[in-house]
Amino acid sequence: MMMQNISCTVNGKPVTLLVDVRKSLLEVLRENGFTGIKEGCGAGECGACTVLVDNIPVDSCLYLAVRADARNIRTVEGEARGGTLSAVQQAYLDAGAVQCGFCTPGLIMTTTAFVEKHRGKKVSRAEIRKAHAGNLCRCTGYESIVRAVEKCLKVEGDRE
Amino acid sequence: MFDIAGYHKAHTIQEAITLLAENPSAIPIAGGTDVLVRLHRGDLTECHLVDIHDVPELKGVTLADGAIVIGAVTTFTEVAEDAIVGSRIPVLAEGAASVGGPQVRNTGTVGGNICNGAPSADTAAPLLVLGAIVKLHGPGGVREVPLSEFYLGPGKVDRQPAEIVTSLRIAAADYRGWSACYHKYSMRGAMDIATIGCAAACKLDGNRVSEMRLAYTVAGPTPLRCWKTEKKARGAVADASLLATIRGSVLDDLRPRDSWRASKAFREQIITTLAERVSREALIRNGARP
Repeated sequence: MMMQNISCTVNGKPVTLLVDVRKSLLEVLRENGFTGIKEGCGAGECGACTVLVDNIPVDSCLYLAVRADARNIRTVEGEARGGTLSAVQQAYLDAGAVQCGFCTPGLIMTTTAFVEKHRGKKVSRAEIRKAHAGNLCRCTGYESIVRAVEKCLKVEGDRE
Repeated sequence: MFDIAGYHKAHTIQEAITLLAENPSAIPIAGGTDVLVRLHRGDLTECHLVDIHDVPELKGVTLADGAIVIGAVTTFTEVAEDAIVGSRIPVLAEGAASVGGPQVRNTGTVGGNICNGAPSADTAAPLLVLGAIVKLHGPGGVREVPLSEFYLGPGKVDRQPAEIVTSLRIAAADYRGWSACYHKYSMRGAMDIATIGCAAACKLDGNRVSEMRLAYTVAGPTPLRCWKTEKKARGAVADASLLATIRGSVLDDLRPRDSWRASKAFREQIITTLAERVSREALIRNGARP
């Protein structure tokens, strides 16, 4: 009763997992090797554990693993392809938006969803900040992160 | 790992009611952004959960004979971005968009926001000025309660153990011709609980206010309507003296208190300031020039 089988995809790969219904998606993903996801507060305040569920950013610490059944999960591990960083990851690197790095995997996922949702649209700095307000960073002061997001949108826009 | 003693997933409203009736101590869980935080903190222990977040009948915003029906497990983000909400009751989008941060808004639900009974619920003030009706399904059938009567005390609402809130309904007469505004005053611009939340709604007849509604969060043990002030505003000319009347009256309707977040005196200052500011904006949105 406490263990249930779920089938989902993680970074595009179909998986079947036997999960304890008491565990968060954060715990189950980390136990299965996806340690890019970090636990910060465990209470939905910091966003370090952000993953995408059906392309929507959620705090995986406040998401029961059993709910991932039939969903598509994306973590930071799936973003680089064949050793090449995603556009978002590269923009973070170029903008110097990574310092201690603990918040980075969560922020990368939030930005990835934001960029995919706003592809080809005009966004303001205020919109970028509002969409990233659920991810705390104690190092950068956010300025470089906002620049990284702007860079992605510009790059994405140029492709249109 | 959460201290969960049993997890039951409901696929229909009826199944949710049956599961809750079979497990009298069970708690319905929708988005989980409150329930799981309480479990994480140890405020809830050996908890039985009935998961209603995936019940299709409880999702989405629809129009039914002019009334707007908001499914209980519609997330804050879905409400904030919904076309029906945006075009007819944008004040609710203002409330939903001010909850916590994006990840919480992507998971947390409007029904959950109401059912946990928090005095600070960001959707409560907009829903109160919209005259929202709470619809509940239980073993005894369906019943409807005005949101203003649904709140019984801090963390306490009029939901029986085997009942679930299925939707919130806004009647056509409660939004057609009305304009409204919500403002959340908090210490930080994001990821913060309201120090005071205020919503105002009004309907005009020429240059006079035919109806006015005002509601606050964190200004008492539950979100509250300002009945006395609303009565004073009815029939008044929509001008600066009306705003002064509202400002001078509103504390008679409310019971703010001291807490570590803010003193009573500070809350009163915010309450009166917002009474004027939010009412003015609601009037302006209806074409008045107060």
